[in-house]
Amino acid sequence: MPTVSMTVNGKSVSAEVEPRTLLVQYLREHLGLTGTHVGCDTSQCGACVVHVDGESAKSCTMLAMQAEGSDVSTIEGLADGDTLHPMQEAFRENHGLQCGFCTPGMVMSAVDLVRTNADPSEQEVREWLEGNLCRCTGYHNIVKSILAGAKAMQG
Amino acid sequence: MYNFNYKKASSRDDAVAAQSSADDGSYLAGGMTLIPTLKQRLAQPSDLIDLADVGDLAGISDDGGAITIGAMTTHATVAESEVVTSKIPALAALAGHIGDPQVRNRGTIGGSIANNDPAADYPAGCVGLNATIITNKRELPAEDFFTDLFETALEEGELVTAVSFPIPDKAAYAKFPNPASRYAIVGVMVAQTGGETRAAVTGASQSGVFRAADIEAALGSGLDAAAAKEVKVSADNLNADIHASAEYRAHLISIMASRAAAAAG
Ligand SMILES: Cc1cc2nc3c(=O)[nH]c(=O)nc-3n(C[C@H](O)[C@H](O)[C@H](O)COP(=O)(O)OP(=O)(O)OC[C@H]3O[C@@H](n4cnc5c(N)ncnc54)[C@H](O)[C@@H]3O)c2cc1C
Ligand code: FES
Ligand code: FES
Repeated sequence: MPTVSMTVNGKSVSAEVEPRTLLVQYLREHLGLTGTHVGCDTSQCGACVVHVDGESAKSCTMLAMQAEGSDVSTIEGLADGDTLHPMQEAFRENHGLQCGFCTPGMVMSAVDLVRTNADPSEQEVREWLEGNLCRCTGYHNIVKSILAGAKAMQG
Repeated sequence: MYNFNYKKASSRDDAVAAQSSADDGSYLAGGMTLIPTLKQRLAQPSDLIDLADVGDLAGISDDGGAITIGAMTTHATVAESEVVTSKIPALAALAGHIGDPQVRNRGTIGGSIANNDPAADYPAGCVGLNATIITNKRELPAEDFFTDLFETALEEGELVTAVSFPIPDKAAYAKFPNPASRYAIVGVMVAQTGGETRAAVTGASQSGVFRAADIEAALGSGLDAAAAKEVKVSADNLNADIHASAEYRAHLISIMASRAAAAAG
């Protein structure tokens, strides 16, 4: 089996994997990072969104081998010790989740939005969430959370 | 997913050689179509040849009269590119409305056209803008490249390297997206390039992208949006599915062409 090496949440990791191993399987099953979820098998729900070299990507639609040499960050890498990332804090403050299944993907996607657009409008947030589905909230509080999180990230 | 061998190609030649020595090798670009297909076990290639490290396949260059986009250039890069936004804003807008941000971060123009999904956006962009598809072997006009549903003129192992778009005088793309997937239920690229008017339609036909001759005649040299709207398109050979009937798609072709013409102005 080939060996794959990458950086995950700042740590170098390496393992032998079958080429067909998806990045999300590698994160969840090999590294035990179960914060990244799998909600569909059609690449549409976004529960699996992580950052690969700083850009959001669906880790269910990437092979672990494709992330060879990359810098990957997951929801587990966002907080600074006990201090939540401003986007996580904004979801908590604004009731941006109910069951929480979609939340890791929502938060990772939102952080990428703020990278490309520091001060998004409500419309831009809604359009950005095209690839993230939520079965619970009706999106309203997610949008509110992301607008608040974007402001907080600007500091 | 069935297992396969995986190789990251280091150059175009390396990729082509790896493909030809494999039993049944597939190129892997963004994986946004290929990986879901593998997950569903709808394909079983023996080898995947990843093009990600072939550096000279990605990038956008402005050659004066035309813009050339490397096969591995992502939809997000095309959408944000200063050159494309200023010279062919219709193409940047098309790329910026493919799927969702994560699909645009990884999906590529080469993968999209090689796949030729009948509801994909780029085929309409390429045919409408009279693009030239460049491969490791030849150059061919987009109209000859897209041959049928999920079929292209590509031969076994032939590698798309770039797509070259002549800069149009006027162009706009209008799509009626499927609300769930964002693929086109109907999308029309209306463009005028060097005096020629084109209307290329995706999403509608059972055989993939096509030029709508009656719409092009109605649009004429002045891109007459009102005249395009009046054209009664035949529903023969159009797709019908749970999203839209053939008659509805026929109607949408005139409406989307008219909206694109008005936007191209
Ligand atoms: C949720 C979702 C929504 C989407 N919505 C849209 C949409 O609204 N509009 C739209 O147009 N598309 C949409 N797509 C498809 C997306 O645009 C894909 O990026 C595209 O179809 C395939 O590009 P890729 O780079 O991912 O190719 P891959 O999946 O890697 O490859 C696709 C095929 O092309 C072949 N190939 C790849 N590169 C080359 C090359 N250089 N030369 C020869 N063959 C090659 C591969 O072998 C494979 O057979 C969507 C996809 C998803 C998952
Ligand atoms: S698990 Fe649904 S998009 Fe990845
Ligand atoms: S909070 Fe339950 S799926 Fe979004």
